[in-house]
Amino acid sequence: MRCRNLPVFAALLGLATGLCAQEKTRVFQGARIIPIAGEPINHGVLVVAGGKILAVGAAGSVALPAGAEIYDVTGKVLMPGLVDSHSHVGAGSGGDGSGPLHPDARVLDSIDVRDASLQKAQAGGITTVNVMPGSGHLISGQTLYLKNRDGRTVDDLLIHLPDGTVAGGLKMANGTNPIKAAPFPGTRAKSAALVREQFVKAQEYRDKLKRAGGDAEKLPPRDLGLEELVEILDGRRIVQCHTHRHDDILTILRLAKEFGFKVVLHHVTEGWKVAPEIAAAHAACSIIVIDAPGGKLETRDLEFDNGAVLERAGILVGFHTDDPITDSRLFLRSAAFGVRAGMSRPGALAAVTLANAKILGLDARVGSLEPGKDADFLVLSGDPLSVYTHVEQTWVEGRKVFDRADPQDRLWAVGGPGAGDPRRAFMCCFESAWAITTAASNQ
Amino acid sequence: MKTLCTLLLAAGTLATAAAQTALVGDTVYTMAGAPLKPGIVLIRDGKIEAVGPAATLKVPDGYKVIRAAVVTPGLIDAHATVGLSGLLNQPHDQDMLEKSAAMQPELRALDAYNARDPLVTHLRSFGITTVNTGHSPGALISGQTMIVKTLGRTADEDVVNPAAMTSVTFGRDGLVAATTGTRGADAIAAGYKSPGTRAKAVALLRSELIKAQEYARKREAKDEAKRSGRDLRLEVLLRAFDGSQPLLVTAHRQQDILDALRVAREFNLRIVLDGCADAPLVLPEIKASGFPVILHPTMKRSNEDAENLSLETAAKLKAAGIPFALQSSYESYVPKTRVVLFEAAIAAANGLGFDGALASITLDAAKLLGIADRTGSLEPGKDADLALYDGDPFEYTSHCIGTVINGQVFADGPH
Repeated sequence: MRCRNLPVFAALLGLATGLCAQEKTRVFQGARIIPIAGEPINHGVLVVAGGKILAVGAAGSVALPAGAEIYDVTGKVLMPGLVDSHSHVGAGSGGDGSGPLHPDARVLDSIDVRDASLQKAQAGGITTVNVMPGSGHLISGQTLYLKNRDGRTVDDLLIHLPDGTVAGGLKMANGTNPIKAAPFPGTRAKSAALVREQFVKAQEYRDKLKRAGGDAEKLPPRDLGLEELVEILDGRRIVQCHTHRHDDILTILRLAKEFGFKVVLHHVTEGWKVAPEIAAAHAACSIIVIDAPGGKLETRDLEFDNGAVLERAGILVGFHTDDPITDSRLFLRSAAFGVRAGMSRPGALAAVTLANAKILGLDARVGSLEPGKDADFLVLSGDPLSVYTHVEQTWVEGRKVFDRADPQDRLWAVGGPGAGDPRRAFMCCFESAWAITTAASNQ
Repeated sequence: MKTLCTLLLAAGTLATAAAQTALVGDTVYTMAGAPLKPGIVLIRDGKIEAVGPAATLKVPDGYKVIRAAVVTPGLIDAHATVGLSGLLNQPHDQDMLEKSAAMQPELRALDAYNARDPLVTHLRSFGITTVNTGHSPGALISGQTMIVKTLGRTADEDVVNPAAMTSVTFGRDGLVAATTGTRGADAIAAGYKSPGTRAKAVALLRSELIKAQEYARKREAKDEAKRSGRDLRLEVLLRAFDGSQPLLVTAHRQQDILDALRVAREFNLRIVLDGCADAPLVLPEIKASGFPVILHPTMKRSNEDAENLSLETAAKLKAAGIPFALQSSYESYVPKTRVVLFEAAIAAANGLGFDGALASITLDAAKLLGIADRTGSLEPGKDADLALYDGDPFEYTSHCIGTVINGQVFADGPH
């Protein structure tokens, strides 16, 4: 625990890591392992090193590396770290009240990664999270995919894609949330018209960029918002659209088809009414479990079996917390309620792991326990779908970020005085990093 | 389609209301002794006729037999706003808070309760048969709660106690500043300027209680000319003095909880503490007061006055020997009602245990609400209020397969 952030500093300083314990090879044995990719293994072995999974399999079938640190987790259940495809942890923000379209606004520039909500998400086993701006705009801004590492700054939690860019999507919304007084739209048709107009502008902007052919003289003036939408048009980034009513779902699918962008439907309260249409559009759904329907007109028909209906239609289904709408500490509960209402058990477990990883385009790295993937995993006290089960440990990239046996971590898991306080920076790492800097400059 | 099915099922079962019914459970939690495995509950004319182990109690001829893995008493939600804060969260179905004055004890839930709001059926579909519902926290005195069965007919037909408690809010939620929210029904401008601080709120309430005391004296004046006319507001408060209608004081911060206890001592009132996120900080004081607690929903979001809440508070109340029950409380947004079964489940898994959690939404809640002579346990002579499950009621993946109220079987699920 103490050395959690040291490698981050070391990496920032361009030094080789290895000063902290994460380079150790670790073997977790004796637990029931639910790898998500493949059948559960009753007496499983998980081998991790260098932040990655080296091997996973049944006892006896996996070679135990010499010198590995052995963890006996007999009686426990191991599964991948949870992936939350829609959350508001970190108290980030997007666009403001000046208008309905803010493709330029980034959660990146607003999030506080020391906010207790991220620690609570660790306590709930969430290791990868899509942090979204709100739903009060047609386009509220750029979302941010984070690994829930213990970090000092947002940079410590970012996910970099192979091209070096920071991973994230674009948050949009339709239905009643973005409908309000001018300059916001007053009707659904106006909402769609404003979005279409914006994407037409983006198409024209992209054409200008192409025609310029890199000639600085011919390039159009830079436009941060249109640059973002060009990424959407080019498929380098996806749209994540808040949508509830069945006709709103069809509207965003219609716009996605017109402009050729990829959209994931979020919340999708009435998805069960238009499952064939969603399936035909090959759109994934990121859905929410709320304990009662209603709260607004367009969620009156919220049903627990939404996930089951969508799953049966062959749609890629993930759950999300929408934290603070539902509690990150109880994310597994959403999967369990999916099963309660008829979802398959593998489908529901994937819906909080691998399906969400696919939805975010991160399934090469996270979402299942497979060799080569990030060592993001949970130690559970029992079955993941039981109310009586607790997340005992959460590991991100081979490093333990939550341990229920640790009093501070336990506070985040159960609450109480101090549970809402921002996490403090770890002074051990400050000093160590300073020492590294000093040592480096003295050489 | 689903709604239609539910209606048909409900309609189909209505006809059986008068029939004699036998519930056969693999496990029957009577809350009056050890669980029966298996057990039988006989129902006749809306009441529980007999309860016993299947080995000794036989089902008489002519009884309709319903089987379930688990049978419990009908669940009781000790504090809700269901029926007043409706499903849609639109102005026309939000009757849980009147903001024209800070103190309006004369407001009755009875006159606002919509027995046919879909959320009433929603609660019933999980086994909840009785709710103590009324005005939400948000004004210093927001109104009176009523205890009602979730039969879904009318307030007058379904009522158990038309005036159970008088709702008082201490802390930030009871101050004028708390009305400046912008979401939905919360965006109600207050028709008053005070109380703006905690100290002023307590002062206003104390003044009102003194008025009530003076009113009582004037009502008893021998000289008829000097006798005061009826005052709807003050006569409600008087019932907190004689204990027939306690104040339900919502208080989360420890200073607000202590304020409530101080006022109760000063006026020798009967109160029920509500919310109580900070309860673990003042357990000895609560215990010494003898007053019970209707604890906040286990899954309530921690914020503002309730930032210290914990999943383990229910367990701590039990360990301290403080009588308590769980509740669904009030949400301005979603979930538009919480389900007390789910709240108890989380408490069960966080130190309270199965038995304590079940008691907190059955017999302990009935005792706290003063209705244990009618419901809360499975004993002969009590109302035939039961809930049927296909497994451990608290497990996420179990279902409620039926709910029985006054002997009437509802199949709203399985949910």
